[in-house]
Amino acid sequence: MLPFILKRLGLALLVAFTVSFISFLLLFLSGDPAAALAGETASGEDIEAIRRVYGFDRPMLVQYGEWLVSALQGDFGESYYFKLPVAGLIAERLQVTMILGVCGISFALLTAVPLGVAAAIRPNSIVDRVALFMSVAGQAMPSFWFGLILIVVFAIQLGMLPPSGAETWRHFILPTVVLGYYAMPAIMRLTRAGMLDTLNSDYIRTARAKGAGEGRVLFKHALRNAIIPVVSLAAVQMGFMLGGSIVVESVFALHGAGYLAWESIARNDLPTVQALILVFSMFYIVFTFLADVLNAWLDPRMRSA
Amino acid sequence: MTDDTLLEVRNLTLDIPTGAGTLHAVRGIDFELRRGETLSIVGESGSGKSLTSLAVMGLLGKGIRRDADVMRFEDTDLLTASRRRMRALRGDRIAMIFQEPMTSLNPAYTIGDQLIETLKLHRRVSTSAARARAVELLEKVGITAAASRLGQYPHQLSGGLRQRVMIALALMCEPDLLIADEPTTALDVTIQAQILRLLVDLTREMDMAMILITHDLGVVARVADKVAVMYAGELVETGPAAAVFERPSHPYTRGLLRCIPQPGKTDRGSQLGTIPGIVPSLVGEVTGCAFRTRCPHAVPECRAAIPVRGDAAHDFRCVHADGAISAEKETA
Ligand SMILES: Nc1ncnc2c1ncn2[C@@H]1O[C@H](COP(=O)(O)OP(=O)(O)O)[C@@H](O)[C@H]1O
Ligand SMILES: [Mg+2]
Repeated sequence: MLPFILKRLGLALLVAFTVSFISFLLLFLSGDPAAALAGETASGEDIEAIRRVYGFDRPMLVQYGEWLVSALQGDFGESYYFKLPVAGLIAERLQVTMILGVCGISFALLTAVPLGVAAAIRPNSIVDRVALFMSVAGQAMPSFWFGLILIVVFAIQLGMLPPSGAETWRHFILPTVVLGYYAMPAIMRLTRAGMLDTLNSDYIRTARAKGAGEGRVLFKHALRNAIIPVVSLAAVQMGFMLGGSIVVESVFALHGAGYLAWESIARNDLPTVQALILVFSMFYIVFTFLADVLNAWLDPRMRSA
Repeated sequence: MTDDTLLEVRNLTLDIPTGAGTLHAVRGIDFELRRGETLSIVGESGSGKSLTSLAVMGLLGKGIRRDADVMRFEDTDLLTASRRRMRALRGDRIAMIFQEPMTSLNPAYTIGDQLIETLKLHRRVSTSAARARAVELLEKVGITAAASRLGQYPHQLSGGLRQRVMIALALMCEPDLLIADEPTTALDVTIQAQILRLLVDLTREMDMAMILITHDLGVVARVADKVAVMYAGELVETGPAAAVFERPSHPYTRGLLRCIPQPGKTDRGSQLGTIPGIVPSLVGEVTGCAFRTRCPHAVPECRAAIPVRGDAAHDFRCVHADGAISAEKETA
C-alpha cells in the first residue's frame, strides 16, 4: 500500500507543478498584463513604466520561478482591483466556500448512498421509484430555480430560515440543500447500479452460502465493492464544490470563492483569477489523490496500479 | 427411508415466472442421500442441476417458486425452516462450492479474512484459533506455505488455487453435506483431476456426504455411490452408480454414455458421440417425456404421462418397458 501511495503522491506533485505553470502562463495568454494593469486610458509610456515596475520585461522562466517561490510562501501578489494581497482575499472568501462545499457533499453522500442502496435491494419497489423520481427532478431542476423556491417557501412564507448571507450556521442550510441536491442524482444512480451489479456477483452468493446474514452481506461484502466508483465521482464533485458554485453563492448572497472568481474575471483582475485557478486545481489534485488512496484501500487490486 | 438419511427431497418443483409465461425449470424430482454417500447429478447444461442444489441451500433467486412434498435435512424441514435456521445450516452443516473459482471469492478481503469469517459465523472461537483452523484447512487442500497465504488476496492466486481455497472455505465447519456444482468445469484439464481427487479424498476422510454435479461421466463412474440423470428439469434415471453404468435404461442416459470415449471400445479417430436435436422450451405447460423430441425410439405415447419403471433402487421414466434397449440392440 505504501509504494502505491508514494507513487500517486509523486504523480499528484507532477500534475500540480504542470498546473502551476499553466496558471502562471494564463497571465500572459490573456494579453499584455501591463496594458491590462494600466487601464484603457494609459499612454504607451505609462504601460512601459508599469511593465518595468512589475518586472514583466524579464524572461518568462525567471518570472515563473519567482512567482512559484512566492506562491509556495502564500504570496500571490496584489489584486489589481482591491489593491490588497490576493492571498488574504482568497482565504477570507474560501472559508465560506469550504463550509458550503463540505456541507454540500456530505448532504449529497448521506442522502444518495442510503437511497441508492435501498433502491438496489428492492429494484422497482416504491423506494426505488421515489429515488428515481428524486434523481430525475434533481437533474432537471436548475439550481438557481430550486434555490429561489426554497427561499420563497422556507425564508419568506414560513420564515424558518434566513434567505441570504453567511453569518450563522442557519444561513448555510438552504444553500447546502441546493448544492447537495445538485450532486445527489449522479451519486445515487452510481450507488444503485454498483449495488445491483455487486449483489448479483458470485462472491455475494458465496457469502450467503457461508451463512452470513443479510446485513453482513449488504454492508460488509457488497457495499465495499459497490462504492468504489462512487468514491471517484464524489472526489470530482467535492473538487467542483470547493471551486465554489457561482450560482448557489449568487442566489444566497454567500460571497465565497466562486463569486470572487466571477467578479475578478469581469474586472480583469488577473492575479486574483490566476491564484483562484491555482487553488481550485490544487483542490482537484488533492481530492483525486485521496480518492485513489481510498479506492486502493477498498480494492486491493488497485494497489498495484 | 432409513435413520441415517441425511437429505430427502420428494417431488421438488421449481417454477420461474418469465415475460413469456412460467418456466417449469425443475419438475417433480426425488432423491435422497445417506451420511457419507456421494450422489452425482449429471445432465446437459440447462437441465436444472444448479437450481436443484440452490433449492437445497435455500439460495434461490427472488421470484423462483419452490414447491415439494418433502425437503428434509436431518431433522430440519427445509420447506418451513426460518431464515435464521437456514443461515445456521448454511456454511455449517451444508456447504457449497461453485463453478466459478475466479469470481467466487470477495476481491476486497484476504483469503484469511474470508476463511476466518466462515468459522466465526458459526462457532464461538478466538481469532487465533480460527486462524489456526484456516491454516490447517489450507494445508489439507494442498496449498503450500499456508500461513503466508492468509494475507493474500484472491487476485493473487490462480484459478486452481482459488478453487482449493473455496474447498477449504466450505470445509471450515466440517459440514455433513458438501454440494459441489461443477467444481472443475472452469479449470485447466490438468488441474481438474487434481481437484476432483482432492474432493473425493476429503469427503472420505471427513465422512461427508457430497452432491457432485459434473459433466465428467468418467469421474462419476469412479467416485459416485449414486447417480441421478437429469434432462430438461426432470430426473430421467436414478440408481446406484454401478447399476446405472452397467444397465443404462433411459435412452438419454445411454446417449450420454455414448458421448464419452472408452478405451478399447471407442475406435480411434471415430467421432465423439453426440445427441442430435435441441432441448424443448419449458415455458408453459410441459407434458409427457421431454426427451421425446431427440429420442430415436419416440412413439406417440411419449406425449402422455410417463410411468416410472425399474425398482426402488434403480428407476427410470420411459414408455418402453425396457427403455427401448431391445430396439436399440436390433438396429445395432
Ligand atoms: N434466475 C433465473 N431466471 C430465469 N431462468 C433461470 C434462472 N436460473 C436458471 N434459469 C433457467 O433454468 C434452467 C436450469 O438452469 P440451471 O439449474 O442453472 O441448469 P444447469 O445447472 O443444469 O446447467 C435453465 O434453462 C436456465 O436458463
Ligand atoms: Mg449449473
